[in-house]
Amino acid sequence: MQQAETIAASPARAQRTRNYARNYGWFIVPAAVVVLAVIIFPWIFTIYISAHDWHLGGERRWVGFDNYTKLFSDSRFGWAMLRTLFYTLLAVVFPMLLGLAAALAFNRKFPMRGLARTIFILPMMATPVAVALVWTMTFHPQLGVLNWLLAQIGLPPSMWVYSTNTVIPTLVMIEVWHWTPLVMLLILGGLASLPIDPYEAAKIDGANGWQAFRHITLPLLMPFIVVALIIRCIDALKAFDTIYVITQGGPGSASETINIFLYLQAFAFYNVGYASAVVVVFFIIILALAALLLWTRQRVKMS
Amino acid sequence: MIVEAKRSPALYRLRRLIGNIGFGFSVLVLISPAILFFLWMFSLSLKNEMDNTDWPPIFIPQSPTLDNYREVFARNDFLRFAWNSIVVSFSATGIALLIGVPAGYGIAKTNAMRAAALILIARITPGLSYLIPLFLLFQWLGMTGTLTPIIITHLVITVPIVVWVMISFFEGLPPELEEAALVDGATIWQAFRYVALPLARPGITVATILSFIFSWNNFIFAMVLAGRETRTLPVAVNNMLTFEQIAWGPLSAAALLVTAPVLILTLVAQKQIVAGLTAGGVKGG
Repeated sequence: MQQAETIAASPARAQRTRNYARNYGWFIVPAAVVVLAVIIFPWIFTIYISAHDWHLGGERRWVGFDNYTKLFSDSRFGWAMLRTLFYTLLAVVFPMLLGLAAALAFNRKFPMRGLARTIFILPMMATPVAVALVWTMTFHPQLGVLNWLLAQIGLPPSMWVYSTNTVIPTLVMIEVWHWTPLVMLLILGGLASLPIDPYEAAKIDGANGWQAFRHITLPLLMPFIVVALIIRCIDALKAFDTIYVITQGGPGSASETINIFLYLQAFAFYNVGYASAVVVVFFIIILALAALLLWTRQRVKMS
Repeated sequence: MIVEAKRSPALYRLRRLIGNIGFGFSVLVLISPAILFFLWMFSLSLKNEMDNTDWPPIFIPQSPTLDNYREVFARNDFLRFAWNSIVVSFSATGIALLIGVPAGYGIAKTNAMRAAALILIARITPGLSYLIPLFLLFQWLGMTGTLTPIIITHLVITVPIVVWVMISFFEGLPPELEEAALVDGATIWQAFRYVALPLARPGITVATILSFIFSWNNFIFAMVLAGRETRTLPVAVNNMLTFEQIAWGPLSAAALLVTAPVLILTLVAQKQIVAGLTAGGVKGG
């Protein structure tokens, strides 16, 4: 910035700098056009659709806010909301705890650390649909390998995704398997940036490992943990592929989260007006959550 | 610790040994779900149906067979769907690079925070929410049944990834070199093309890999937009499940073939992927 000030001192040069600044706009134009077409246009069009009673291949009629009022008295939507919250809560807490533990482990030096880390992040990169199909096979109540594993450690067999009581925890288990690596990577990046001095001081003062972790590592790591938390919350709310492939919202509607509800409304019942209202509400929830978490992050940074 | 070691070195060494064994064991526990899952997937794909549904499960195939793979290639138009996936992922990644790399440069240079925030919001919005308006649009334009709508919708994922990675990368480059070029009379386009772009090659590699992987893995867009002929691999493999509940061998073989390119890419380019993901926490879908 200092450079900019010295350049601005001479009027001719100031002119040139301003020209540069304006011209950089052309770098952004192509991307802006695409973003406008595939991202902004859908947002606006969705709001427009949501004000209609609109069926794919059928009638459309302006209804104003009717879809929204209908939504708030729709118990199926209410249940989908509750299920999404339950799913998100579990799918955030467990990956965060495991991811933190894994990051602490991978921050230590040990033989074949690189290989172990690569294996650990493989689930995150694997194609979700392919992985979900193989998980489905392991859940088979009679022939699935998971019930065999349970029997080996003396536990009774589970119905996994085939029972209303266990379907959401089972889907969360896959989500944990899938996305704990991302939490680990984000926190590991933070650990790598920590200074060594406080630890040396703590050692001289006679602090033990746990005290050093509790009073040095954790506070310094907080900004990274909050970023990981933001990303995890949003990704958990977005979860669709795995749930759709494995249960399609079933058994019954026991795993029908907002995303599944939305998909069924739009592309199974062709009720795109109503589905668009769901999109708008869901979008507002995600934005509010992101804003809340960014605000928390700002506060963590300050203190 | 030094005092303790002097007092009883044997006890200290023993305690360290136990600590190391415990640590090694916990690392094993951490990575075993990933190892066991992929090995089981591989094992299922190498066994015939009798062995796959045997109880107790057979882990190491007694007489491994490639029949499942042969079956996958023999029907289901697997090669056609593979070609679709290749066309879609390469096009979506290529277009995203073409427009996203300059955009990342422009945003980094002008510090356009609003543009960056917009990209971030696009990144956190569920992919599903773009589908209804785009589906209606493609229907009106009569584009359904071709690969074009699928490529266009994949831009929703790839463009934010590329722009986001490139912003953080260009911000990390020292500005002195381009300024020297500008002072010597280069246009800003030349400064970008001949100075910044060659320096940004590692960043472009990261953006390419991530964008390709998330486009390849994407399911929902092609699921809704693809016709019988234009399915991508994730959609094709999902359809196999719907029609053949219990054919575990071919299904595992197909699933493994679909995800193998991505897994191999991860093993080869692990360093770039980690760098890209930690830089912006980007993820598609």
